[in-house]
Amino acid sequence: MFAEQLINGITLGSIYAIVALGYTLVFGVLDIINMAHGEIFMFGAFIGMVIVTKMNAPLAAAFAGAVLVTAALGYLLERVALRPLRGRTGVSHLAPLISTIGVSILLENLAHHIFGAGNQLFETPFAEIRFTIGSTTVYLVQVVILAVSVVLMGGLSLWLARTRSGKGLRATAESLETAELLGVDTKRIITATVVIASAMGGIAGVLVGMAFNYINNQIGLSMGLKGLAIIIFGGMGSVAGAMAGGLILGLSETFVVAYGSSGYRDAIAFLTIIVVLLLRPQGLFGRAAPEARR
Amino acid sequence: MLEVRGLETAYGSIRAIKGIDLAVPEGRIVCIIGANGAGKTTLLKTISGLLRPAAGTVTFLGEDITALSPAQLVRRGIVLVPEGRAILSRMTVLENLEMGAYQRRDGRVREDIEATMERFPVLKERRNLAGGSLSGGEQQMLAIGRALLAKPNLLLLDEPSLGLAPLIVSRVFRIIREINREGMTVLLVEQNVRQALKVSDYAYVLETGKIVHEGPSPELLDDPKIKESYLGGRRP
Repeated sequence: MFAEQLINGITLGSIYAIVALGYTLVFGVLDIINMAHGEIFMFGAFIGMVIVTKMNAPLAAAFAGAVLVTAALGYLLERVALRPLRGRTGVSHLAPLISTIGVSILLENLAHHIFGAGNQLFETPFAEIRFTIGSTTVYLVQVVILAVSVVLMGGLSLWLARTRSGKGLRATAESLETAELLGVDTKRIITATVVIASAMGGIAGVLVGMAFNYINNQIGLSMGLKGLAIIIFGGMGSVAGAMAGGLILGLSETFVVAYGSSGYRDAIAFLTIIVVLLLRPQGLFGRAAPEARR
Repeated sequence: MLEVRGLETAYGSIRAIKGIDLAVPEGRIVCIIGANGAGKTTLLKTISGLLRPAAGTVTFLGEDITALSPAQLVRRGIVLVPEGRAILSRMTVLENLEMGAYQRRDGRVREDIEATMERFPVLKERRNLAGGSLSGGEQQMLAIGRALLAKPNLLLLDEPSLGLAPLIVSRVFRIIREINREGMTVLLVEQNVRQALKVSDYAYVLETGKIVHEGPSPELLDDPKIKESYLGGRRP
């Protein structure tokens, strides 16, 4: 029982982590909360559902389709809703936030129009395959979710730590002006960041479909709020914080349901976050004061 | 090498520099001196593409570069070490150096980074520490080393001595002279007038956004008016 709950919690937590990574990457580079991220995630889930359930195509095609569509949505978001507001005098610093809220409402309505309201079944081809090790039952779906998440998080971390473009992104996140002076094409880095973050949201959407077997056009809102809570919890803009925060939220939710009451699921999870923030206001991996030394 | 003609930059309706003409010949150190608020930093920021001028042109090696972005200027060989040094404090010393060579595609980056660390041994010792953990003087070495890794033709230095201990200041000016001897053209902005005039070949004096005086640095060093205004009174 405990081992199964642990696996459930880690599976859920790794999905949360991937959603939160999408927020944290964009926040790191642009210093804005992308309120449309949850709806882009929801679109990924629906594209995956159409490919896997309606077209009976393999799961890999669902991932590919979701990545393509959400990456394109991310590109449009940057070009239409974010870039025109950047670096212009007289634009309020809240303007990009409002503009992403606009995009999120647009996407939610669009999903309603295209995919309909209400729950839609997300049928993973191998949903019933499971293994029993001792008294612990593990579903293949969970293994796939974990594998995809680990590869995604590991790949992202390696890319940020080792590659030229990854370092360019980190430099841009630390200081747009310095990165530009070092020769980084920051416009391109920003576009790439929003596209990558959105594609990760799309992958998370397919993973949620696999984990819960149903989706609707409201999942973007609840997942979006959780993603936001996680990056505040983990430390704004911190990649490690998003991963750790996602796992902690997933685990605490799962164990509250398993050993407490499902009615308190979200309440306890968010209570944990509030307590941690009271003790460590900058979040788990956050920096207390930006640029302490100059 | 660099020609500035009638350059004007405004913040809103306030003109910070008002029609500046200057030239930086190849292989020389040219300095711009002036008090706080004279417009020195604005001038360098405009030349390096961080600010858009309201009027005037900047030409580099015969090409009009007035409207180019900083990243495009790095590609053409102009690198600015900004005021405050702009170290990436969350990235390691080594990563900061690697970022200096961000636009280079040749295979010699590794060797050049090694050579930079030989030149500034303190950077080698601290290669894996966060840039933000270095002292001010170390950060200035890192900033200059990082700028040189871009292999620029023209180095723009904004107040490299700012906030440094006197001993470190003379070290920084020695380094500037050294890299100039190796062939680097330098445009230097300084409030440390005496040191700046000693190290440079030619100087411009900036006051409230205008060039009020210019000439070969040794002459300015002996000019009674400069002495009085910038060098703390007459000296025997």
